[in-house]
Amino acid sequence: MDTRDVAIINHLQGGFPVTDRPYAEAATTLGITESELIERLEYLLEKGILSRFGPMYHAERLGGGLTLAALHVPDEGFDRVAEQVNCFPEVAHNYQREHHLNMWFVLATETPARIDEVLAEIERKTGCRVYNVPKIEEFFVGLRFEL
Amino acid sequence: MNTVIDTIDRRIIAATQGGLPLTPRPYAMIAEQLGLDASDVMDRMQRMLASGAIRRIGAVPNHYALGFRGNGMSVWDVPDDAIKEAGHRIGDLDFVSHCYHRPRHLPTWPYNLFAMVHGRDRAEVDEKVHHIAAILGVNDRGHEVLFSTRILKKTGLRIPG
Repeated sequence: MDTRDVAIINHLQGGFPVTDRPYAEAATTLGITESELIERLEYLLEKGILSRFGPMYHAERLGGGLTLAALHVPDEGFDRVAEQVNCFPEVAHNYQREHHLNMWFVLATETPARIDEVLAEIERKTGCRVYNVPKIEEFFVGLRFEL
Repeated sequence: MNTVIDTIDRRIIAATQGGLPLTPRPYAMIAEQLGLDASDVMDRMQRMLASGAIRRIGAVPNHYALGFRGNGMSVWDVPDDAIKEAGHRIGDLDFVSHCYHRPRHLPTWPYNLFAMVHGRDRAEVDEKVHHIAAILGVNDRGHEVLFSTRILKKTGLRIPG
């Protein structure tokens, strides 16, 4: 990574313009050219330093359902249960965490009503009790990485 | 709060949620793919930004690749009548990326405040968690940090088109 990449990461986590030539506009504020910005973004995406470049949608405001849920999975069956859970297309992220509740996943569904149905299916398929912890209030969401 | 979006918005969402095309006129390219006018695509995206349907447009860094390998989900048991103020104060900290009030499941799960804390390693996360504990003071009736040991799946949110 060079100084241009650091500038992109620090200053382009939001605010990308919605205009005819947005890369040219964003590049100007970063002090580089349009083609340099596009080339650096290609590089950062290819290297996996950026996981994505584009709009971040707010699932619930689009009418979808979203929740976080956890399971306690016994060690010996862990990988099998991970596979069963990951099979659901509604499971967006799934992390193994160090705790009695050792599997934590985010569920995004087309409608809010689908959340309970999918959780019930997961419970039935895995035989593990699902601890559903939907958000009651959001205080902050965003990434503020500074390099 | 739901925002009114129509089927054309949904097609735009489906076409862009994986990312914007890396080409000088990305919105014109999306418009062409969808058989729309570029100005219509831009108007609709502006509207979704204004309504909050789009949180932001930009780079989504992979924090692991950037050296932020400490990823601790800190969870706190805070008295219900103190959660709002506590949530806003903790959410304002620059090392917290997500901060939510979520339900308890007693007795297994007594925690109602979730704050995702990022650092270069676990020691850095632990230090930041101490900082949160100091801010919460007596309202910290117990907390834990759940470190992730493995990403089992990460496809990102997929909103059906």
